[in-house]
Amino acid sequence: MARKLLLEHINVPGINTLEVYRQKGGYAAVEKALKTLTPDEVVEEVKKSGLRGRGGAGFPTGMKWSFLAKPEGVPRYLVCNGDESEPGTFKDRYLMTYIPHLLIEGMIVASYALGANTSYIYVRGEMMPQIRILEKAIAEAKNAGLLGNNILGTGYNLELYVQPGGGAYICGEETALLESLEGKRGNPRIKPPFPAIAGLYGCPTVVNNVESIAAVVPIVNEGGEEYAKLGIGRSTGTKLISASGNIKKPGVYEIDLGVPVEEFIYSDEYCGGIANGKRLKAVVAGGSSVPILPANLILKTINNEARLMTYESLSDGGFATGTMLGSGGFVVLDEDQCIVRNTWNFSRFYHHESCGQCSPCREGTGWMEKVLHRLEYGHGKMSDIDLLVDVSKKIEGNTICPLGDAAAWPVASAIRHFRDEFEWHVTNAQEAITRNYGLAHYADPLPKLEVTA
Amino acid sequence: MKVTIDGIAIDVEPGTTILNAARMIGGDIVPPAMCYYSKLEGSGGKCRTCLVKVSKGSEKDPRPMPKLVASCRTTVMDGMEVQNITSPEVIEARKGVVEMLLINHPLDCPICDQAGECHLQDLGYEHGAAKTRYEFDRRTFEKIDIGDKIQLHMTRCILCYRCVFTADQITNTRLHGILNRGDHSEISTYIEKAIDNDFSGNVIDVCPVGALTDKTFRFKNRVWFTKPVEAHRNCDKCCGKVTLWYKGEDVIRVTGRKDVYGEVEEFICNTCRFDTKKTADWTIEGPRKVSHKSVISANHYEFKPLPVVKTNPVLKEANKEQFERETRL
Repeated sequence: MARKLLLEHINVPGINTLEVYRQKGGYAAVEKALKTLTPDEVVEEVKKSGLRGRGGAGFPTGMKWSFLAKPEGVPRYLVCNGDESEPGTFKDRYLMTYIPHLLIEGMIVASYALGANTSYIYVRGEMMPQIRILEKAIAEAKNAGLLGNNILGTGYNLELYVQPGGGAYICGEETALLESLEGKRGNPRIKPPFPAIAGLYGCPTVVNNVESIAAVVPIVNEGGEEYAKLGIGRSTGTKLISASGNIKKPGVYEIDLGVPVEEFIYSDEYCGGIANGKRLKAVVAGGSSVPILPANLILKTINNEARLMTYESLSDGGFATGTMLGSGGFVVLDEDQCIVRNTWNFSRFYHHESCGQCSPCREGTGWMEKVLHRLEYGHGKMSDIDLLVDVSKKIEGNTICPLGDAAAWPVASAIRHFRDEFEWHVTNAQEAITRNYGLAHYADPLPKLEVTA
Repeated sequence: MKVTIDGIAIDVEPGTTILNAARMIGGDIVPPAMCYYSKLEGSGGKCRTCLVKVSKGSEKDPRPMPKLVASCRTTVMDGMEVQNITSPEVIEARKGVVEMLLINHPLDCPICDQAGECHLQDLGYEHGAAKTRYEFDRRTFEKIDIGDKIQLHMTRCILCYRCVFTADQITNTRLHGILNRGDHSEISTYIEKAIDNDFSGNVIDVCPVGALTDKTFRFKNRVWFTKPVEAHRNCDKCCGKVTLWYKGEDVIRVTGRKDVYGEVEEFICNTCRFDTKKTADWTIEGPRKVSHKSVISANHYEFKPLPVVKTNPVLKEANKEQFERETRL
C-alpha cells in the first residue's frame, strides 16, 4: 500500500482540532520553514519537488511562485482557490472538512515563501459547513500563536481570512475569483496582465488550489527531492482522486501518480471494480470538462500501452484518443449509462454556469444544451450531430477564459468516441427513450497499430 | 514599433493595440468591434468579433500565438505579424461569432429604431452567414422601465458592457448593471430604478444595437430619411458639439458626433440631447459627413432637396451636397 502524504492521519479521531493535529506532528512544516529556511529556499524546495497545480491545468507550482513580481512597497497576496465546483470533483471539500489544519499549515508556509502578509481562502458559497470549520481552525491556530503577529517568535506576520463565494463555477477561474474577492461581479479578466503581475487589488498575487497548498506541507517536511521520488516522470508526488459513478467504493483516494488506470478502477484498495457486476463503458477521468473516453481507450493508450494515472499518460494521444488528469474527478460509467444523457447533463451545467461575458460561450453553451436535449428526448436529426461538432469548434479557443473550452471538449469528445450512440438516438428515437444503447463495441480491444518501418 | 497587418506595415507607439494599429492603416483590414470603445477604459475583449491571428509574435519571439486573439485588447510587439482578412481561420471564427451574436437577437430590424445605424446589422451583412442554424425560441425578458428618456429593449442586447463602462466613467453614479449570468444575464437597474443623471443619455450613443434607444425620437422616423448636420451651442455641462438630425426643418434627434467606427468624438449632456431641439438653440456648422457606404446617405429615395428647406442657407448647402452625392451614386 502506497504511503499517504496528505491523508495519513485522516482517520484519527479529532484530527480536525489543533490539539490532535499537533500531536500527530502537525505544524512541523511551519516550524521548519519559518525558523530554518528563507522564503527563497522554500520556493526552491517546491520547485525541486516538481509539484504541479492540482486544480486542473497542472502548471508547475514552484514555477508559478517564482514568476511572482516583487516590487518594493507593494503588498503581495496568496489566495487559495477553494471554489471547487467541477462536477465529479470533491477532493478539496473532503480535505477542508476533515483536516482543515493541513490547509492552514500549507497557507502559512506558502505565504511565508511568497512574502505575503495577508492571505485569503476563497471557498465556494455552498460549502458553508466547511467555511465554519476553517474559521474555527483559524481561530484555534491564532490562539496558539500560529497566525497573527510575530508567528512563533520569528517576526513573520500573517493574517488569514476565509471568504465565502456566491456559488458560481466561474469563480474557480483565477481572475474571476480575484474579481469576486474584490467584491465585484465574478467575470474573468482579460489576460495579460496575469495575476502574478497584477492580481488582487492590482497587486502581485498567486492563486493556488487547496490541494497544491496542502501538498507544500509534506514537501517542506521531507524536502523537495524526497517528494519528487514519488510518481513517474514529470508527474511527481501524490494526488487526491475523487472517484464516483458506478463503482463499488466511491470516495476520495490518495494515489501515487503512476498507478495504472486499470488497477485504480478494479483493485480493492481503490474503487473496487464496477458495481453490481456490470461492465465498464466509459470514464471521465478528470472532472466534467475533460474529454470522455470509452473503456478500451481509458485502459490502454492508442499504442496499446497501459494507461497510468499521470498528467502525461492520460493526455497521451492528444484530443484524438487521450484525455487529461484535470482536477482528478474520476467518474466511471457502466454499460447502463447513456452517453447522450451524460453529455447533455454536462452541457446543461456549462450553460448554467457561463458568466455571459463573451459571446461564443454565452450563446454557444445554451445552443449545445438545447440541441443535446432534443437528441436525448428523441426529437433529434442526423444533422444535429455535425452541428454540435461545429458549434463546439466555434466556442473552443475563442473565449476569454477556459470555460468555453471546458464546455466544448466533453461534447466534441463524446461525439468523437460515441458517434454510434448519438446516431442510434436519432434512428431509434422511440427506443432510445425506453432503453439504453448498452456497451456495444466500446470495450473491444483496440485495433493493432500498423508498424511503419 | 513595427507591426504588419495583412501584409501592410505601420509604425506605432508601444502600447497600441492591434485594433488601433489597424485603424491607423484603415480600410478593409480593420477588424469589426462590437464591444470595444476607444473612449471607454477597460472596454473590449468580450464580443470576440475582432479576433485576429498572430502569425508571428514579435521579432524576439517569432512563435505564432496558439489561439486567435482579441485584437482590441492585445498590444503590438515589435515585428509582430497579424493576419485578419487574409486568414481563412479568422474569417471562419468571425462568422461563428456573428452567428452566436444573432441566435438570441431578434430579427425585428423593420421595427427597430436602430436599423440603418446598427453595428450588428452591418456586421451580420458583412461577416455573417445568410441563414441561421438555430431552431429554438429566442430568449425573452420582462420589460422594465428605466425612465422617461431612455428605452431599454433587453431582447436586443448583446451584452457588450459599453453602457456599464459609460455610466462608470462618464457619470458620477451608475444605477444600472448586469444581473444574472450566462445567456439570461440582463442589463437592469436594481429594483427597477430610473436611470437619471446629466450624462445618462450617452448610453444610447454607445449602444451598438437597438437595446438602448432615445424615447424622444422613437418611431418618429427612419434614420436614413433624416439629415445629419453639425452644430454647437454654449453648454455649461458639456462641450456642446453635437450632430442634429433634421427631418425637414425640425430637429428630431440630437446625438454626439460619431466617427467612422461609430464612436462619439465627445460625450454630450442630457440637456443638449433631449431638451434643446430647436434650430434656434444651435449654431449650425455644416453638413455632417457620412460615409456614402452608410445606409444613412445611400438610401435617400428622393433625389432632390427636401422642399420645406427654403430659408436656412446652411441647410440649403447641406441639401446641395447631399444631392450631389446621391446623383453621383
